[in-house]
This record gives sequence, C-alpha cells and structure tokens, in this order.
Amino acid sequence: MIRTTPFHPRTSALNETGLWQHWSGHLAASRYQSSDKLEYFAVRNAAGIFDTSPLYKYRIAGRDAERFLSGMLARDIRQCPPGHAHYTTWLDERGFVLEDGVIQHRSVGEYLLTSAEPNFAWFADRVGRMAVSVEEVSLGIGALAVQGPRSRDLLARLVPDTAALPFFGITTGSIGGRPVTVSRTGYTGDLGYEVWVETPDALAVWDALWDALDGRGVLPYGMAALYMLRIEAGLMLLGVDFDSSRFAFNDAHRSTPLELGWRWMFKGLAEDDRPFIGRRALEREIAERTSRWNMVGLVVDWQDYDRVYSAAGLIPPKDHRPIHEDWMVYDDERRRVGYAASTMYSPVLQRHVALARVRPDLGRPGTRLFLEFTVDHHYEQVAAHVARLPLYNPQRKTA
Amino acid sequence: MDRYDAIIIGGGHNGLVNGAYLARGGLKTLILERRHLVGGAAITEELRPGFSFTTFSYALSLLRPQIIHELELPRHGFLPLLMSTRFAPGADGDHLLFTRDHDENLREIIRHSPHDADAYEQYGHDLDRVCQAIKPLLDMAPPDIFSDDPEELVALASLGSRLRSLDRRTLHNAVRLLTGSAADFVDDYFDSELLKGWLASSSIIGSKVGPRSQGSGLVLLFHSLGEHDGEFGTWAFHKGGNGGFTQVLARAAQAFGAEIRLEAPVERVLTRDGEATGVALADGTEIAADVVVSALDPRRTFLELVDPRELPDDLVEDIRRLKFQGVSSKVNFALDGLPAHPELGARADIYRGFVNIGPSIDYLERAYDAAKYGRYSEEPYIDCAIQSTIDPDMAPPGRHVLSCFVQYTPYRLREGDWDIEREPMADRVQATLERFFPGFGDLVLQREVQTPLDIERTLGLSEGNIFAGEFLAPQMFFFRPAPGWSQYRTPLAGYYQCGSGTHPGGCVMGAPGRNAAHQILKDRGTPIG
Ligand SMILES: Cc1cc2nc3c(=O)[nH]c(=O)nc-3n(C[C@H](O)[C@H](O)[C@H](O)COP(=O)(O)OP(=O)(O)OC[C@H]3O[C@@H](n4cnc5c(N)ncnc54)[C@H](O)[C@@H]3O)c2cc1C
Repeated sequence: MIRTTPFHPRTSALNETGLWQHWSGHLAASRYQSSDKLEYFAVRNAAGIFDTSPLYKYRIAGRDAERFLSGMLARDIRQCPPGHAHYTTWLDERGFVLEDGVIQHRSVGEYLLTSAEPNFAWFADRVGRMAVSVEEVSLGIGALAVQGPRSRDLLARLVPDTAALPFFGITTGSIGGRPVTVSRTGYTGDLGYEVWVETPDALAVWDALWDALDGRGVLPYGMAALYMLRIEAGLMLLGVDFDSSRFAFNDAHRSTPLELGWRWMFKGLAEDDRPFIGRRALEREIAERTSRWNMVGLVVDWQDYDRVYSAAGLIPPKDHRPIHEDWMVYDDERRRVGYAASTMYSPVLQRHVALARVRPDLGRPGTRLFLEFTVDHHYEQVAAHVARLPLYNPQRKTA
Repeated sequence: MDRYDAIIIGGGHNGLVNGAYLARGGLKTLILERRHLVGGAAITEELRPGFSFTTFSYALSLLRPQIIHELELPRHGFLPLLMSTRFAPGADGDHLLFTRDHDENLREIIRHSPHDADAYEQYGHDLDRVCQAIKPLLDMAPPDIFSDDPEELVALASLGSRLRSLDRRTLHNAVRLLTGSAADFVDDYFDSELLKGWLASSSIIGSKVGPRSQGSGLVLLFHSLGEHDGEFGTWAFHKGGNGGFTQVLARAAQAFGAEIRLEAPVERVLTRDGEATGVALADGTEIAADVVVSALDPRRTFLELVDPRELPDDLVEDIRRLKFQGVSSKVNFALDGLPAHPELGARADIYRGFVNIGPSIDYLERAYDAAKYGRYSEEPYIDCAIQSTIDPDMAPPGRHVLSCFVQYTPYRLREGDWDIEREPMADRVQATLERFFPGFGDLVLQREVQTPLDIERTLGLSEGNIFAGEFLAPQMFFFRPAPGWSQYRTPLAGYYQCGSGTHPGGCVMGAPGRNAAHQILKDRGTPIG
C-alpha cells in the first residue's frame, strides 16, 4: 500500500487537482492547482512550500561518527562543523558514484543523512568496530521545504535564527510550540530552507507555518514544479542524470563525481590524508584525466530553434515541462559528443536549456554544440552553447 | 556643446528599446526623458506606501521575443509572471472561469453552451494561424509601395508571395478580421453571449469602435498577436508591473552604453539645410547629434518638435488628419482585501489573471453608444487585474492593488470637461464593480483616476490615445503614421521616428523601437548582426 506523509491531511486538502505521484513509496502531489508553472513562479518570485518527507533519512551518531563518515563520504566531512550541512556523495572503490545527499551535522557527533534511495545497509554494514550507530529514521521525521526570495523573512518570524543562517547552515527553534530544525538547504537553487520535525509534531508545525505563510504570496508546490526548479539549479536527479553504480550492469550507467561536475567537493583533497572509499580511483582520475564526461548546461540558440519549427510550418513550442529523455549532442562536425538527459524551456532564462554530458574537452562555456530532437517525426539538430551550471543562480541563494 | 551619435527623444519603452539597439550597434547614444522616470505609459508608481500601481499600462504580451534575447533582458531582471486564470463574471452570478487546464475550460464552456466547446478550439486554431501568418510583418519596416527603388519592389514582391503561400481559409480569416467587425467574427463560431462578450472585448481596447463596428476585428487581431512563452494570444504580468519591465529595459540600454537623462524635456529638434543636427532642451541646452530619433507620437514628431514648414505639405496634412480620439481611462484601486463574487466568493484563484467586465456584445456596444455622442459609459467595459495576486510584492499582505482599464471615456466630452467629470466617471466604474462584486466599495482604500486628458498631459500621448494613433486600417502598416513615411525616416535627413505611432503600432511591443534602430543602422551602413 502506498504510504502518505505526516503532512498528508493538510496537503491533500490543498490539492485541487487530485493528481499525485509515487515518490519513495509515498504519495506526493504532482501539482496543487491547474498550473505547475504558477507554483514554479511562486518559488522564483515569492515563496513556495513543498513536502519533502519521502526522503530517506539516517541518523548517524556516536563517538566515532566523524571518523566513520570521513571514510564513507567522498567530501571531507571534517570540514562540516556542528550547525552546518554538506551536499555530499559516496562512492564505490572504482570511484563511481553510489549516491548523493545532504548531511546535517546537528550536534557534535550526531549527523542526519538524507538520500533518495535506501542506503542503510551500505553504511551500517561498514561500521565495523567503531563507536557509531546508524539508525533508520525516515518515517520518524517529516520535512518541509520553504523556498524562494521571501522564505527568509517569513521563516525568521517563527525561527529568528533563520535570519542570519548562512548557506548550508542549520539551526533549531520551535514552530507552533514544537521543536524544529531549520537548514538552509533545498532543491530549487534559490534562497530557501528546509524545516525538519518529529512526525508526531508534523501537523502542529504545518498549521503554525501555514498561518504564517498563507496570504503572503506563498503557494504549495508539487513535483512538477520541483523538477523545473532543479534543472535551472543544475541539481542532478538520480535515475535521470545519473544512476547508482551499485546496481548498474555496465559502466555506461556509472558516473564519477568529476563527471557529474562535483570537482568542487574535492578542493582540499591534496591536503587531506583521509582514506575514503573510492579515494584512490578518484586521485587516479584526476591525475590521468580519465573522466569520460563533463556535466554542463546547454542553452539552445533561439533563432535556430525557431527556424526548424517555422520551416515545418509550426509554432515553436516553449514547454516548461521537463523532458527526461536522452537527447543526443553533436559537435560542429556533427560527431556525437554527448547527450542531454534533462531538457526544458526555462521561464526565467527564456530559453530552452538542458543538463548534458559532453566530452571533457568541450566543457568550456560558450562552446558551440548541437542538440538533437525530433520535429514532425524527423531528427533535427539545433545549435546550442555550453553554459556553466547552475544555469540560474540568483545572488540571494547564498547571500 | 555635448555631442552624441544618436539622441532619442522620449524614454518610453520604444525610446529605451531604440536606444539600447543603437548603443548595441556601437553608437554613442543619449536618451532624453521629460519626466522624473523612464517608461512612459509603462510605469509603476508607489502611490500609497506598500501599494504599487500600474498607473497606465498593466500587462505584457505583444513584446517581440527577439528583443528579450537580443537585448539580454533576462540578465537584467526580465520576469514575465504567468497569469493562471481568466475570469469573466456575467449577470446574476453567472461566470466563465478559465484555468490552465484546457479540458477543464472546455467543460466550463459546455456549461454555457455544448456547441461552443469545439467551436472554441476551432476559433483558437483559426486565430493562431492568422497570427502565425502576420507576425513576421511586425518585425520589418513596411515596404514602400510608392517607391520605384528595386529593393522596395523586391520587398513588396516577397510580401505578395507570402500572402499567396497562405491557405485560403487563413487568408480569408485574415481579411475578415482586418476589415470586419469582431461581433460578426465571433458570431460565426459561438452561441454563448457571455463567451462572445468576453472574446470581443479585446476588439475595442484603446479604440473608438464598438464590437459591431467594422474595423473592430483589426483591433482584436492586433491584441492576439502577442505571446507568453510561445503561447499565442496569452498575457503575463511583469514582475513589478509594466514599470518593472521598463526598468529592466533601462538597465539593458545602460549596459550597452546608452546614457539616460531624466527631467530633460526636448523643446525642438535642431536642423540645418533639411538635416537634423541635434536637439534643444526646454532649458535652452543644445546637444548635437548625427541622428535624432523621436519616440513621441506623430503629432509631436512632425508638428511640434520640428517646424512643419520644413516638411512637405501633404505629410503635414496627413499627420493633421491622423485620428487619435482617446477613449480609455485607468482607475486604479488600493484594496483592503479581495472582492467577493456572489457565486464564488473571495477566492484568490479566480483573480490570478484578467477579470473581464464585458458580459455580452450588447453590453460592450451599449457602452460604446455613449462615446459616439461624447459621453462616457453609464456601465463601462472594464478590464480588471489584481496584480498583487500574482506578484505579492505589489501590495502588503492581505491587501491588493486592482488595475481597471476603462472604456468608453471619450477625450472630447460633449458636456463638461474631464477636470470636472474625472471623479464622477470613476464613481461609475466603482458602481459597476459593486454590481458584479457586491460590497466592493467597502474594500477601497484609495483610488487613482487617469482620464484621456490626464494621459495626454502626463505622457504627451495626443488626445490620450493609448496607441499614439488609432488602430484604423488607413493608419496601419504602409500608412502608419502617414503614406510614404512608414519606414521610420522623416523628410529631414538624420531625423527618425520610433514611437507607437509608427509600424506596427502601440502596446508594449518594442517593435517600433527595434525596427527603427535597424533602419537607422542600415542607413549608416552598420546593420545589426
Ligand atoms: C492607460 C493605458 C493602458 C495601457 N495598457 C496596456 C497594456 O496593458 N499592455 C500593453 O501592451 N499596452 C498597453 N498600453 C499601450 C502602451 O502602454 C503604449 O502603447 C506604449 O507604452 C507606448 O510606448 P512608447 O514608448 O511608444 O511611448 P510612451 O510610453 O508614450 O513614451 C513617450 C515618452 O516620451 C516622454 N516625452 C514626451 N514629450 C517629451 C519631450 N518633449 N522630451 C522628452 N521626453 C518626452 C514621455 O514622458 C514618455 O516617457 C496602454 C496605454 C495606456 C495609456
């Protein structure tokens, strides 16, 4: 049976469409009213609220928690003091990505790791003799994302510390008289926060939060809007932009963190002596430059796009709904040099954009490439240029 | 004396677009604006703390998409916000409410008339085809049909072959729209009076025509030529209103190197031997330039900024004959809450887009009758927009701003004048809103009224015509603003025109500004890439 989240009694009352999808075994609203794009704009222009409870959540704690995690996670967790969070990844020995997730350092020696798929065994089975407990707390914690330019001011009225919280900082407070943790994290690439609550407190927190948000331009947003936001934000989606190496049948379905554009996670690698799973492979990949791909943004040339449709007598579509299909990418000599797995028309950028993997030597911003899709059941190749990720990166996100 | 390659007179959106393109084309460019802010008819003003009013123009659709890209507007904050509903209240609580779910809308139509559902699809398709055929004409200077220049003949021929390539039905629909009445056109598709009134409402905007007047079809077609994110005929609210949009344009123009000077009214264009040499400001300052562009309306461009004696007689006569006849007013409200509809209540979602007070063709036509005899309508047509439901930054929490575009309010009143009739007219508007939303009056915190006279005084749009020259067939395309002068040039070398009085016309469209810049750069031998 499909589960519902702790906020379901409230979200289901708001969902006017009856449209739900399944996410990690839970019902998740696809959109709350007739327009996913309206919900998207609420996040980009005011604020939106999103029930992100279906994430997997693990409490990792104990005297050796930091030591344990610094061997398990590829990004150096020792650089994440209490009160901070990291976007991180964990690898297999060949240096391929198993998954990504956000880890919160809640108090000394106590962490909360979130991930899209189950990872309990991967972590618990590697504890060995260290003083660490790994606890599955997925159902015990509900989470709400409050994202958008107004999110800070609105949340700070309830949790004052939010006002000064740095990007990827975490703090605690209370909403509706119930304890909450607030992290400055999210999946939208905008200014935004996530509120973490104990499941029994969920409805009380929702009600107090909703009272503070309602009538202030805030809309609940569903999965459809989320998928738009995350593409502009350059945030990868498991199962779309990459797969877990753990269950891949061949290397074509595997990616290294460098191939996914996460080189920034390893800035201090040379200075840190931490042994972690995948380290040697990662070092070899860096030294020998064996990455197969470069994850980039593509921005489609609007004139060329209009040209192919107009030539076919069609009105060039500008559909904001993301397409999660492999579209081939070509170079100037029309050789295949990569593929895009997430494509959409971006309302804030006013362009068709894509998250694409291209040959590593073609990753320089401005490089001219071609994206292939069908028009009238024929393949067409349309000019595009490489752009840095995130495609949309407002100052307020980190300011 | 200061010296520029190009001076633009008027910092409305067309002046800004033109200046941005000229600067982008490498010209040292100066934009001179009379008022304390740029934007012209597209401005947003905080008339009450926390409440942003779109004083005049209020929604965006016709803006040519090329401009967004070529001027890199998204980098400067371009943000057209989707309107997710459209609402047409009828008599006695009846209504049509459209959402973004097309099938839901068809069901809503069927509630009024089973016949009209697929008719609505046919109507939309037919209109899209005509728009698709016509849109390319918006982005070029109309060919000069009076010229023997081979280049013009080629342009004319290619126009002819474009028309010939259209299928019969599309061409016929185009002619029906360009020459006929909107009432006849929508009658061919629909039964529902409410739906017909709604659709025909865009046939009267800014124009002294009723839906049954021949020529209203053209106005309807013009208002369908826009798009939002590729959806033809769809409108958006820009972040911060249309004034938010012109601020974006100003930043873009400056980023390309254009200079903007505020509170710098131009008195006249300086000329020598039939050539423009610069401008003189009201305070006597003279600034020299090779190119002078008027972004004002044709009366100002030809009869005020230059001495008409320097121009050919027939041109002067044509400009004098140009019809302006403004009939539109704005009444803007600050509201204490959302109005309540008798059936649907004060639901926010019904107000996330235009609310159309024009429940039948009869209603619109009756409103027009008054204008024929120099009176304002007892029960006016009103295009309402509560923009704060889409952009909450425009009003404090729980409060709202309501923009009302009102017709008919003829510039020339038979009795009284607008300084006397301003508030009584706004009372009619408020009474009409009260009828559709009982209790409306109790919500009003503040009211701002802009009559055609105010529009003329504040912006310099002659007779308050919102398009700087009416949308009448003899004032369009080859003939806008005057036969032989539709290519943005004037008889004075170096003196150009780029306001809404030039092709294609008014609305926040930018096409006149852009097309004129092309012409100017082409004449200087440095066409835009
Ligand atoms: C009430 C109203 C509502 C409208 N609603 C819409 C709408 O919702 N959507 C839409 O697309 N269109 C709308 N329109 C039409 C549209 O706003 C106009 O067609 C368009 O903005 C005109 O732009 P422009 O640059 O050609 O001229 P203007 O905006 O008129 O700009 C002319 C500028 O020149 C300045 N100026 C005048 N004289 C001088 C001088 N001597 N020296 C220096 N500067 C001078 C003026 O101050 C002004 O800033 C509306 C218009 C009005 C009046």
